[in-house]
Amino acid sequence: MSTKQEDIDVSVWRGDPHSGNYENFKVPAQESQTILDVISWIQQNQDATLSYRFACRVGMCGSCAMMVNGIPRWTCRTHLNKVLNGNKLVVAPLRNLPVIKDLVTDMDPFFDKWIAAEGLHHPSKTRLDPIEEIEPKSIGRVEIDTGIECINCSICYAACDTVTNNSDYLGPAALQRAWTVYNDVKDADKQTVLDAVSGDGGCLNCHSQGSCSVHCPNDLNPMNAIAGLKRATVASLFSRKG
Amino acid sequence: MNIRLYVLQRITALIMAPLTLGHIAVMIYAVQDGLSASEILGRTQGSIIWFLFYGTFVVAVSIHAAIGVRVIVSETFKFVGFTLDAFAWFVLLAMLFMGGRAVLAVTLL
Repeated sequence: MSTKQEDIDVSVWRGDPHSGNYENFKVPAQESQTILDVISWIQQNQDATLSYRFACRVGMCGSCAMMVNGIPRWTCRTHLNKVLNGNKLVVAPLRNLPVIKDLVTDMDPFFDKWIAAEGLHHPSKTRLDPIEEIEPKSIGRVEIDTGIECINCSICYAACDTVTNNSDYLGPAALQRAWTVYNDVKDADKQTVLDAVSGDGGCLNCHSQGSCSVHCPNDLNPMNAIAGLKRATVASLFSRKG
Repeated sequence: MNIRLYVLQRITALIMAPLTLGHIAVMIYAVQDGLSASEILGRTQGSIIWFLFYGTFVVAVSIHAAIGVRVIVSETFKFVGFTLDAFAWFVLLAMLFMGGRAVLAVTLL
């Protein structure tokens, strides 16, 4: 980006759960400017009522995801020069989630589905038992490593067309979490996980379009996790009948 | 999509794949030999093997397509419950009827 300061045309979605529209702002371009910097500049210099969500600003908390020029992105780690379309930038709340106000979405459906997918630990030992040793190179542990760095940003959930078309679908993040639990040798109730992810809103609805894996800011591969759950679900069906 | 429909759709795909390849191979073979329609029918009519070959294909494709279309109408038109199941059964029976009719015409004497 040149050192000469130019203005960017930024359209920001403003509204409440019932209605809204895009509002245009002129924002001075700066070197190494992130999308979150742009939104913060608007809030601090042009309209203090603009609502948005962020916390860590370093790509760890997963709070600041928004739709940027139609694509879900973590705004604190997305540089303006990477996504600028001509001189225009369009910022909107995350897709597939209800809007609270402006750029802030209600994350409840996203996290409720984590619980529905049984993405929680089912203990196999008491606190009196010795800690189980896990071999870092064991198959299950290696598989867990591919999904454990999820920051709950909901970008995959916003990118998923199956979520858009089927509101019951658990979504990539919740299913990936369930896959890590399923592969944990310390988890005592794998069948409960499989039952939770194979219902009407479960992993079998995935069309393997791969938007989750394409847009994941941490380069995780939820589609691979979902494929693993599909295989485990089918194997479980035959082993139970056998 | 429940596990029963999912597995049924995958199994029917496994059945369809070799039958489709067999169909294409026979078509290429027949066309290269310059067979006319009546000569082809002369070979297929009265053949229990071709009846089973295409009959199996029609059953597999009817089940496979009905489950696939069920997903599409569920996601696109938000059909649920009885309406969704009834639509899927209609697709299944319609394809079985049309496909079965074609198989009978080609393989019955």
